Formats: sequence, C-alpha cells, structure tokens
Amino acid sequence: MKIGGYLCTGCGIGDRLDTKSLESVAVREGRIGFCKTHDFLCSQAGVDMIKADMAAEGDDKVTKAVIMACSRRAKTESFNFGAVPTARVNLREGVIWIRPEGSEHDETTQEMAADYIRMGCAEVKAMQQADASGEQGKNNHIMVVGGGITGMTAALEASKAGYYASIIEKSDRLGGVMGQLKQRQPEHSPFQNPQDTGVAALIAAVEADDKITVYLNSTIAKTAGAPGRFEVDIASTVGAGTHAEFGAIVQATGFTPYDANNLPEFSYGKSPNVVTQLELEALARAAGDGPIKRADGKVVENVVFVQCAGQRSTKEGHLSYCSGHCCATSIKQAMYFKDSNPDIETTVLFDDIRTPGAGGENFYRSAQDKFVTFRKGKVSTVDVKGNELQVNFKDLILDEDAQMGADLVVLATGMLPNSGTDIDTMKDKDESGEVKVSVQSILNLNYRQGPDMPQLVNGFTDSHFICFPYETRRTGIYSAGPVRRPMDAAQAQTDAMGAVMKAIQAIENSAIGRAAHPRSGDLSFPSFRKEGCTQCKRCTVECPFGAIDEDEKGYPKYNEARCRRCGTCMGACPVQVISFKNYSIETVGAQLKAVDVPDEFQEKPRILVLACENDAYPALDMAAMKRNESSAFIRVIPVRCLGSTNTIWIKDALGSGYDGVVMMGCKKGADYQCHFVKGSEMAHVRMAKIGDTLSTMNLESDRVAVHEVAITDIDRAPKLLDEMVEVINRVGLSPFKF
Amino acid sequence: MTTAVNQAMVEKYKGNFLKEVTDNVEEGNWVKMCMQCGVCSGSCPLGPHWDHPPQELFMMIRANKRDEVLSSTSMWMCTSCYNCVARCPRGLPITHIMHGLAHYGKRMGMKPKNQPTEKFGQMFWDNLIKKGRVNELKLGLGLYFKDGFAEGVKVSMSKQKLGLNMMKAKRMSPMEMLGGHGVSDLSGFHAMLKKAEELEAARVGTNTDAK
Repeated sequence: MKIGGYLCTGCGIGDRLDTKSLESVAVREGRIGFCKTHDFLCSQAGVDMIKADMAAEGDDKVTKAVIMACSRRAKTESFNFGAVPTARVNLREGVIWIRPEGSEHDETTQEMAADYIRMGCAEVKAMQQADASGEQGKNNHIMVVGGGITGMTAALEASKAGYYASIIEKSDRLGGVMGQLKQRQPEHSPFQNPQDTGVAALIAAVEADDKITVYLNSTIAKTAGAPGRFEVDIASTVGAGTHAEFGAIVQATGFTPYDANNLPEFSYGKSPNVVTQLELEALARAAGDGPIKRADGKVVENVVFVQCAGQRSTKEGHLSYCSGHCCATSIKQAMYFKDSNPDIETTVLFDDIRTPGAGGENFYRSAQDKFVTFRKGKVSTVDVKGNELQVNFKDLILDEDAQMGADLVVLATGMLPNSGTDIDTMKDKDESGEVKVSVQSILNLNYRQGPDMPQLVNGFTDSHFICFPYETRRTGIYSAGPVRRPMDAAQAQTDAMGAVMKAIQAIENSAIGRAAHPRSGDLSFPSFRKEGCTQCKRCTVECPFGAIDEDEKGYPKYNEARCRRCGTCMGACPVQVISFKNYSIETVGAQLKAVDVPDEFQEKPRILVLACENDAYPALDMAAMKRNESSAFIRVIPVRCLGSTNTIWIKDALGSGYDGVVMMGCKKGADYQCHFVKGSEMAHVRMAKIGDTLSTMNLESDRVAVHEVAITDIDRAPKLLDEMVEVINRVGLSPFKF
Repeated sequence: MTTAVNQAMVEKYKGNFLKEVTDNVEEGNWVKMCMQCGVCSGSCPLGPHWDHPPQELFMMIRANKRDEVLSSTSMWMCTSCYNCVARCPRGLPITHIMHGLAHYGKRMGMKPKNQPTEKFGQMFWDNLIKKGRVNELKLGLGLYFKDGFAEGVKVSMSKQKLGLNMMKAKRMSPMEMLGGHGVSDLSGFHAMLKKAEELEAARVGTNTDAK
C-alpha cells in the first residue's frame, strides 16, 4: 500500500527544472512512498514501470499514483490506470512552457514546479478509489413518447440496434402530422419533385417489428426512477392502464400548428379560401390525382402562398422565430399545382426564402424552373372580394405597394412545441401560491424539480443546443424532433437517430454505474454525510439535472444514474458535507493548502486559479502550447465545473495568504456553453455574494475575479491571469501571510 | 410607337410576361431562376446610373410590368463588363439577358428615345452591312454628328489633330469617304445576312425585323 510518484524528465522538463530537488520535494514534503524519474514516462517502458509497481504484492504495491509530467489532458491513454486514483502534476504546459528561460527566472519556475508536486501529492492522498454505487439496473427497453415519424424512426432505430422500444401515442393512430400530408419534400438527389411521405411504410415496419410495442390512445400518468430503472404508468383512454419499466426515454412529442385564428388580417376564418399549409394538404389529398379544388368546389387556378404568416414577427400573439420547414413546404405545395397543370398561377410571397438541409436549394431551383413565381414581399392584408381574394402586399424589391388576386391563399404558419408544462413558471407560481397549469404534462415525472423537461426558449424542450444537441438536463430522457427546435421531416428523423443513440448510451452507462456525457466513464457519484446535513435543500435546488430528490425528512436523495458528476451540489453545500470519492472539498482544499505561500518580505504573491476542466483549462493548455508566457505566481487547479466551486475554498485560500483568486467557467445564460448547463451560472450567483466574505476579512473585492472563458479564448485566458497580477501589484500583498 | 408584332405578342402571352421573356428573349429562360439576392445590382459599376438594376428588372418581369421593362433605358446601360455574371450565385448570364432584353424591346418598337447606346448600335449595324466591313471614317463622323450639325462641327474641330495624325500614320484614308472598301464577296455576305434574318424570323415565328 503505497503512493508512487513518477517524475518525467522528457519534453524539456529535465533540462529546465532541477529534478533531483523535485524528487525530494515529492518524498519529503509530499510524503509519498517514493519518487522515480524516467526520461520518457509516456513510452511503453515508462508505463510498464508504473504498471509493474501497481501489480506488485504486499507493501510494495502502488495503490495511488502521482504522475509528474504533462497536462492531465495529454497522454490520457498512456496514463490511464483504471480505478487506481491518479493525480496529474502539470509540469510541462503548467510550468516550463509558460515560463521564460534564463537564470533570473529559474528560482520562481522551480518553486512553481515544487508547488504543483506538493499539490498533486496532497490531492491523491485525499482521493479514494471510485466504485459504482450499486443502485444500477439494466433495462434494454426504450420508451418513445410520440408516434409521429420522429417517434417511429426512433423506435425502429432502437430495434435495429438490438433494443426494445415502446411507442406511447396519444391519438388513435400512428403517423403524427406527417401522416396528414400528401407528399414530402425530396430526400434524395436530384431533389426536384415531392416524394411519398413514407409514413405508411414506417407504420408497416413498426407494426411488423416484434421488438416494438405500440400503445395508442395512451398517455403517461407517471414516470419515476432513473436511467436503467424508469417506472412508468401508462394511462389509456380506451382501456385499462399499464405499468412498464424502461431503461431510457425519447421524447418525440412533436408540435402543434400555430392557430391561424390569430391572423384575422389575412381573413383566416372569414373566407374558407384562406387555408393553412396543413389544411391545403387535406385539399390536396382529397383531390388525389385530379385538380385541387377549393371548399366550394371551384378548381384552383391562381394560388398565393403567404410566407412567415404570424412568424418571425414582433407582433403580439405572433411567433418570434422561424419554423424552418415552411418555405420548403410552400415550394412543395406550389408543385402540387404546377405538376398537375403548369398553367395554374402559383406565387410565393416571401421575405426571406430559407431552405435548409441537403437539397433544399435544389428544390427551390426546381420550383423556379417549374415557373413557380417568387416575389419578395411582405403581405399586409388579404381582402375577401366576393368569391375571390385580394392579397395586398409591399413588394420589397420594387419598393411599392401591390395587389394580387387569388382563388386560394395559403398561410405558412409556424410550429409550437408540445413540450408539456413549463416547470420554471410553475416554480414561480408555486411561490406566489397560485398553481395553474393549463398545459398537460407529458412525462409526469415525479422528480422534485417538476413533471417535465426544462424548456430553453420559446417553449422548446431543452437541449444543449450549441455543443451537444441531444443532451438534455434530465439524464436518460432525450428530446428529438420539432419539440426540441423547429425542423423539417428529414431533420426530425436524423434527430430521432441521435436521440436513440443517446438513449442506448444511457442504458449501457447506467447498467454499470458510469456517468453519461461529459464525464463519460466516471464511476464516482456524490454522497453526503448525514450527520452534518442541515436539510437546507440547496443541492436539490441547484442540481442542473434534477438528479436529487428529497426524502421524507428533507434529506437529499441521490439518484446516481441521473447524476452527471458535475459537483454543483458539492459547490452549493453550505456545510460541505457532499463529496465524491475522487473529487471533494478535501481534494481541492488539500491542494490549495499544500502550496508554499512565501512570507510578505519575499514579495512573491500567490494567485489561485480555479479553471473549468472542460473549457478554461484546455484554453490555458493551448496558450501554453503557443508558449504564451504567464506569471510564475499562479497556481491552477482544474475543477469539474465551476459550479462545483465551494466558497470554503475561496475563504481558505484568502485566509492562508493567497493574494488573489481567479475563477474561470463557461459562458452562462440562455446561450450557455457550460457543459453542465447551469453549473457556471450557479457559480457566478454564488460568487456574487463573496464580497461579504471579503469585507469581513477586510480584503479588497478585486482580489476575487470570476470570468466566462470559452475553449477558444486561448489568447484571452492568460491575459485574465495577467490582469489579476496587475491587481495584486496595485492593491498590494495579502495581509494574511504567516 | 408600338408595332404589330408587339400587339401580337401581347395577345399571345396575355399578361404572362415572364413566359414571353422566357420564350423570346435571348437567355430569357434564365430570368425565372433569379433568387433576388441583389449581387448583380451591387456589382454593377454603372449601377447607380440605371433606373432599374438587373435584380429589379427581373422582379418587374415577374410582376408583369411589360411596358416599363421593354421601354426602360436600363439594359442599354450595360457595358458588358461581366461583373454580374462572374458573381451571380445562380449562374445567370445577366449580361446576355440585358442585351437580349434591349434587343427584344427594340424589336417590339419600344426602345427608349435618344438612347446613345441604341443609336450607336444602329449606326454601327447600318454601316457594317453596306460593305461587310466597318467604315471607320464614316462611323466616326456619324458619331460626331449624332446630336446635330452644330454639335458635330464642334466635336470634329476638337478631334482635328487626332484625325490628321491618323492620316499621317496611314491609319485612316480620307478616300474612305468615297464608298470605302468592302469584303471581297459582297453579294455572298448579303446573302448570308438574308439567310440569317430568315432563320431568326422562323425561330420567333413571325417577322420581327427591327428595321
């Protein structure tokens, strides 16, 4: 039972640093079993040396290791020793690459290296081997909510991958909105003509698949549990309910068409000849191969499509966003007319034509080639003139008001996501005492945080839209299709595949207690010391993933399979009782205490940097690769997420003589880049209150800085550290040095 | 002044000007493919001097503004720099369409009055077909006098030195004033022109000789 230290002298470390003295720092001050040097530690010979020590018997067996070499982000394969707790001391990117050569710098550079070694030794002592919690379950069954093309595609993809799927469909048929269409926009080259929707084939495939169960006329009455062990009560409007168990959930609840009754200016409701795109599909289906007729039976000869009807608008009751599919849908519908009779006048009045996806542009060209007329114009009103309609618009190219007669006007209205209840507004209303939920919940989760998934903007179900579109804030539950963001059929089907892959990943991970993205493979999980807990509920409130429920007595109840191991609960805990085996208040606290803080007469400040391991730390590493010089007084500790930063660390650091603290997390807010969605935001909120602590200690508030740093801020990140050095130069050293 | 053929075209296409342009204007079948991005208008070095830059002309065609398009001076302003063609994301041969529209407007008898490009074009053609070669002396003088006699004398006097230098350098002969030289097989050349006219007339289905 030993802690082994391994000092690499390759990559210039041996040339720049006094490694003999570092060895003795590790053994005498770091108090580890031994410290071996190797001139190429990540080579097979180097790694074999470490592995041999780990395989030794009795007292010689190395059970924890300190690798003193490059950044923890480099050589991860070579230095992967499974469950053996390992600390990485960053001497290359952290020290020699950011420090200039020359004898005048040697002393401070050597001190920096020695500090990092002390920190690594202290960290590994506080670390324990992480093991799975034992709460795991494996269930190969995926629940797919929604039987549209997204849901059916998800179920079929799950089946193809060898998993089981159950489709829960509210209505009495499969197919969703796509099932009501005559044709869809083309999926394959040359992208010229509308094609069969494929819904019938999908339904047939679903029905023929013995791995897929379909529940029609059904909704979800209750969802409990966690990935790998979801317990679901399925309610039925026609028969008795069912209870089923699932490993993961795909929410493909699709969209509701925007209510065109909100558009009286276009005479919707006043004339039966003003229809929405979905209503035109019904007319087109009724026409079959014959000419499309209006409600009064007249064959349509002149049709006008009004794009962005009630969308991309700031007007009250309109949608502010673009629904993504409507341009291509109008193009397709204009082709219904042109393909049956080229003499039918078809005009698309658009503001901006947007045809996303492969072939979208070709499809647009094909319509132009078929003499569909596209006029850039903004429609103000549609007037009813007897049996005819008059469309009034402003031609935006010719900059003039214009009119156009029409037999039929088609409004391209947008989509509203079927996201269920908005748990955030519910929460607000909870506090004021009036709970009123007009929308029905879809998942009916029994989570403490609310019955549905959180929503992002405009009511769309949350997804980590910038970096990881299929990630949500409810582990094991993945959204797909237009419930996540506006999209067309092809995108929805791709989305279904992505969501199913995430669902399968969740099933497999939860079976063996591994974390899902972004700490994939992590076996650690949070636990708390019950005697110390004050039942304050901060952890349950702040957990971005709704992983923590409360038991009857108000103690936190962890659901490890829902947990993403960000440590936000640990950072939130005011009494510091929450920890992970390999990451805790102690592992970081011990590191910052291990730093040798020189007395004030040496005029060597110490700046603690807590950097998010996902973005800020790699940005600093990359700055080092560019040999961007940094101060010798900084000591960087990577954290899982800035959200895991507990204020006790800041207090401890300032109390033990550090002169400044810099915290670096990801971008927060609605366009967040935080891998754990809310972690960075929580940290910012927490640190906004650090001023009180500073003032009770009689310290300047400038000594603590919190920054948003993206992984691309390679030049900016070191500058932020320089800024703190300047602050210390200005306000002077901390009076807390002993 | 409109022509009979113009009336015939109006009758034939009944307000579907885009179709008429597609069928009759050189490269006119491309007009429907314009996506109204405006890169052509932004690329045109003479753009600010046009009444309607190409993007607008294309929109006017779709809006059935037949008279305004065909009598416009805009397409006559094109100097064939090909900037628009090089930049059009949809690959429209805009320069050719401009010339096509100008020519079609002229055929329909709707050319703008006193448009210098149009005047010079006609002058060049008339000069060329006489002998099969351009008589530069006559063409030059014709250009000088295009705006009347007094103006012509003024321009001629100002260009006097240029003319004398060209004669000295044997670049121009004053004898060209008397008929001038032509191609060796003049009757063959005229026969070719006649055949071309016949073919063009057959193509558009009606005799639309601009003269």
